Amino acid sequence: MNQRIKEAYEKRPRTWIYHLAIAIIFVGLMIWSGTAVETAGTTMDGGEIALNIIKGIFQPDLSFLFNLTTKGVPYLMLETICIAFLGTIVGAILSVPLAFISASNLTPKPIAFVGRIIIMAVRTIPAVVYGLMFIRVTGPGPFAGLLTMGVCSVGMISKMYIEAIEDLDTRVVESLDAAGCDTWQKIRYGILPQLLPNFASTAIYRFDINLRDATILGMVGAGGFGAPLIFAMNSYKWNEAGAILAGLIVLILIIEYISTQIRVKLTRG
Amino acid sequence: MSIYDKIFKPKVYTLPNGKTVEKKASRMPVYFILVFLMCAVSVKVTGFDMKILSERIGQFFVILGEMFPPNVSYIEKVWSPLFDTIKMSLLGSALGALLSVPFAMLASTNVCPNKVVVSVIRVMFSLIRTLPTLVTALVATLVFGLGTLAGTFAIAVFSFAYIGKLTYEEIETVDMGAFEAMEAMGATKARAFISAIVPQVLPFYLSNCLFNFEGNVRYAAVLGYVGAGGIGLILNEKISWREYSSVGTVLVALFIAVFIIESISRMLRKKLV
Repeated sequence: MNQRIKEAYEKRPRTWIYHLAIAIIFVGLMIWSGTAVETAGTTMDGGEIALNIIKGIFQPDLSFLFNLTTKGVPYLMLETICIAFLGTIVGAILSVPLAFISASNLTPKPIAFVGRIIIMAVRTIPAVVYGLMFIRVTGPGPFAGLLTMGVCSVGMISKMYIEAIEDLDTRVVESLDAAGCDTWQKIRYGILPQLLPNFASTAIYRFDINLRDATILGMVGAGGFGAPLIFAMNSYKWNEAGAILAGLIVLILIIEYISTQIRVKLTRG
Repeated sequence: MSIYDKIFKPKVYTLPNGKTVEKKASRMPVYFILVFLMCAVSVKVTGFDMKILSERIGQFFVILGEMFPPNVSYIEKVWSPLFDTIKMSLLGSALGALLSVPFAMLASTNVCPNKVVVSVIRVMFSLIRTLPTLVTALVATLVFGLGTLAGTFAIAVFSFAYIGKLTYEEIETVDMGAFEAMEAMGATKARAFISAIVPQVLPFYLSNCLFNFEGNVRYAAVLGYVGAGGIGLILNEKISWREYSSVGTVLVALFIAVFIIESISRMLRKKLV
């Protein structure tokens, strides 16, 4: 018995050359990327600044945090939720046609490829650039923010939609066809029940991400908590920044909990 | 039977064999009304207006039109920041991903028996994940000074929390049989972890790392706004000078870089999983 184990152990695959090659490539890449690390140096002592930041964040400006007018944290959070919510809906609606065009099991390969390139191009343009474009359309404010968020969501949402569409079980549609259903009935009872839970789950997931990413909108003055947060940080008002961050963390944790519950329910049916 | 079913009575069908079956009333209307209400509130708060949108959407394409054709001669100045961005995300992703492994081990209930440690580490992961990367980058530029170091740090922090969460979820779903067998044979916990759990988790872990890296390259373009180095810096500069044809060049270069990275990473991920 022991002999056989030893024999089997001797015959174990020797992959050290392969592992060594990967390790060398990895270390090489790290050294290559390490060459880019540079800093202009700080005027003040970095440690002291870090300490101030932490102090400020743990002593949030309470009057700002619980200010119920349109200038307080609760209203900023409400505005952000609204931007993220409508933005997600806009993104989800825009993604549906794109996803159907790019799903390789429905459309011919060349068209699907073009669709994928379009999605990738939409994803590559940074949110800042979209923000600027939309501010020309609507003027600064939450309206521009929600449009920016919508377009930024298209990339991820349509990618997940494509996967859902490509996973469609076509046998259901075939059997409905055999049972004599017309096209509308086939879509209603064969396709929608398969797609809707997936689509809804993706949209909710993206809503989560959009809430987190709403800071970016502040950079272009497109509403939400981003602009006040960045202003507060740039002028070293750490108490105010701390208040906004505290509100944000509570909000995100609550929304994440709710959205996880809904998504678990959706996937279990 | 829930309250909803009491208000909206389920439909009762009588089958040919005499049995009756109930079909519960659809909950769709409730969800529909909820979503509609949230939409209405959101429209009110954000000032969404279809009329403005349809009238002025042409303005959206003005800047886009100015970007094309891109300023080709500017491409020489794009290379170095572009590679800075890629290097920054590569180093940041790798550091964050490597650092997250021990914490992910401590955060999975099947490897770490101490419930207090597990919950502390998990709370830490989710707190770090809620911190917007832009804020981390801004703080990092104040602490480390302007430059790619701040960007690398911000990306590393984000990757740490993101990969950490995915990894501990993955560790929790592995088959523990091999681990227990190795422990029973007298292997230490670390040894058993390396030989029994790592091979099960590794493909998913690497695949997540690649995916994270892809996303970080995109995201690093934004970090330039707070002075955290890379392609975002020149992008911002050109935007504020309204040299949109140069912005177009930057975006095309970024698109090509992301396309190449994504293709390589998709190929690798297909091999892994």
